[in-house]
Amino acid sequence: MIKEVKIVSKNFDIPNSHNIEVALKNGRYSSIDKLWSYNNQDIIDIVKDSGLRGKGGGGASAGDKWALMPLDGDKPNYLVINCDESEPGTFKDREIISKDPHLLIEGIIYSAYAINSHQAYIYIRGEYKEFQDILQSAIDEAYSKNFLGENIFNRGYNLDITIHRGAGAYICGEKSALLESLEGKRGHPRLKPHQKEPEWYFDNPTLVNNVETIASVPFIINNGAEAYKSYGTELSSGTLLFALSGHIKNRGVYEAEFGTSMMDYINHYGGGIRDNKKLKAVIPGGASTTILTAKEVENITLDYESLRAIGSSLGTGGMIIIDEDTNMVEALKNLVEFYHHESCGQCTPCREGSSWVDTIMKSILDGVANNRDIDKILEIANTMNGKTVCVFAPALADVIRGFILKFRDEFEGYIKVD
Amino acid sequence: MTFSSKNLQKIEQLKKKYPKVEALTLPLLWIVQYQEGYISLDAIKEVAKYCNKSAMEVYSVASFYTMFNLQPVGKYHIQVCKTLSCKLCGQEDIFSSLKNILDINTNQTTDDNLFTLSQVECLGSCGTSPVMEINDKYYENLTPQKVEDIINDLSKKS
Repeated sequence: MIKEVKIVSKNFDIPNSHNIEVALKNGRYSSIDKLWSYNNQDIIDIVKDSGLRGKGGGGASAGDKWALMPLDGDKPNYLVINCDESEPGTFKDREIISKDPHLLIEGIIYSAYAINSHQAYIYIRGEYKEFQDILQSAIDEAYSKNFLGENIFNRGYNLDITIHRGAGAYICGEKSALLESLEGKRGHPRLKPHQKEPEWYFDNPTLVNNVETIASVPFIINNGAEAYKSYGTELSSGTLLFALSGHIKNRGVYEAEFGTSMMDYINHYGGGIRDNKKLKAVIPGGASTTILTAKEVENITLDYESLRAIGSSLGTGGMIIIDEDTNMVEALKNLVEFYHHESCGQCTPCREGSSWVDTIMKSILDGVANNRDIDKILEIANTMNGKTVCVFAPALADVIRGFILKFRDEFEGYIKVD
Repeated sequence: MTFSSKNLQKIEQLKKKYPKVEALTLPLLWIVQYQEGYISLDAIKEVAKYCNKSAMEVYSVASFYTMFNLQPVGKYHIQVCKTLSCKLCGQEDIFSSLKNILDINTNQTTDDNLFTLSQVECLGSCGTSPVMEINDKYYENLTPQKVEDIINDLSKKS
């Protein structure tokens, strides 16, 4: 059975909760006094103890990432919020910024204070202009109340938030590509360092976190690390704004604890498969996670470890539900077109590989491919994996392998030539 | 191309928000697109002056991002999402209705310069698919009938 829980989505259903007066009445900014009783390190420790993990898809420990920021360096520290939500099947951050933007602003105040940053940027995808406007009004309200700006809350701390609008590039959701874009360049991911270090914005130490991660911080500061850890599993603590799209009766974003059974979640919140059809497959956490068959879904729970154990990943928690009548060859072609279009073009295996796979997929659908072409696609997937700057190509490789290895008979059904 | 005086003031405000002027590239390209409707080579040269870059560098940035229009588009730029969650919920019907109503294909503009039709990747509206964005506004849970009404409304307004 599902135990309903609302930490981040608590105010989503309250009318006009994006308005600061309504937000204040409903608990926003209520733990500010608590914040000033802590020093930077205290907050970083609390976040670390809470087990909070990055909710943009990677799932790395937020506290460990915060701890990489130098607290007494001579360069300014920057906080960057990743709101470049573009992973197919994912539409949760948009709920936060349009329904409870003050939760995000409050989270930014706590997080910026923790890492000693006085300038935060929210990098938002260009298409979200309507939601950006709601967020900007909330930020303006916070400035007018002296929650942002100089000497915020009369506590001698300065903090500015600037929204930076992207312009249509999926890859800018990758944190280093996002920073390149924020510096005014093409969104090309950077090579990863050999040891753990912060990110860098114009050579200044920078922390990049997803919207939902930062929106989870106020609950943790208000209620303590143990309260947050009381939700979820031992290793995946807390909740996530999971989402349902595709062939499901009630599509939408519904918060749930980590460790919830996927089938229970689909039935409880989703109301089952649309038109009472049978479930065929689920893409569990955004397009880039390996597809699961209906059988695999039966006993799976929604946490990082369980999904990793069956060779997929939790990703963003945005589940795409696929019913029995779906043509899996067409579905893969659709996703390959996405990756082909969105490859940033920096690394050859990704730029060329995504294009080749797209071409071969078309020839399969046109009925002019042979059996060796299916193996050729798998071979190209292997060539893409592990040979590029970022994880875009390995993700595509997993997508391809998932579809072909689990539904190969459908691909073979298209083969008419030797 | 020159920036309007209102936009010049905006640029002065923007300068204060970033540690280096190079960061102004995307914000300035947006300002150009709203002011001019698209980003001409002339405008790229103008943007370059403000962000300490060569025109070629600005061009390489502008051409990387799909939302920057380097060619003029119609008054209403229709972007229809084509990615999986929309496809599973009937995106193809929406796109073909649009093609029929407007009598144009993808990446084309109607003769009266009112509508440009584009197909784009995931708009982040999977829970309310199929979806399209016209200029800055999302239209969700589309049906062919809704599409027809929306286009008729916009045509009448113009």
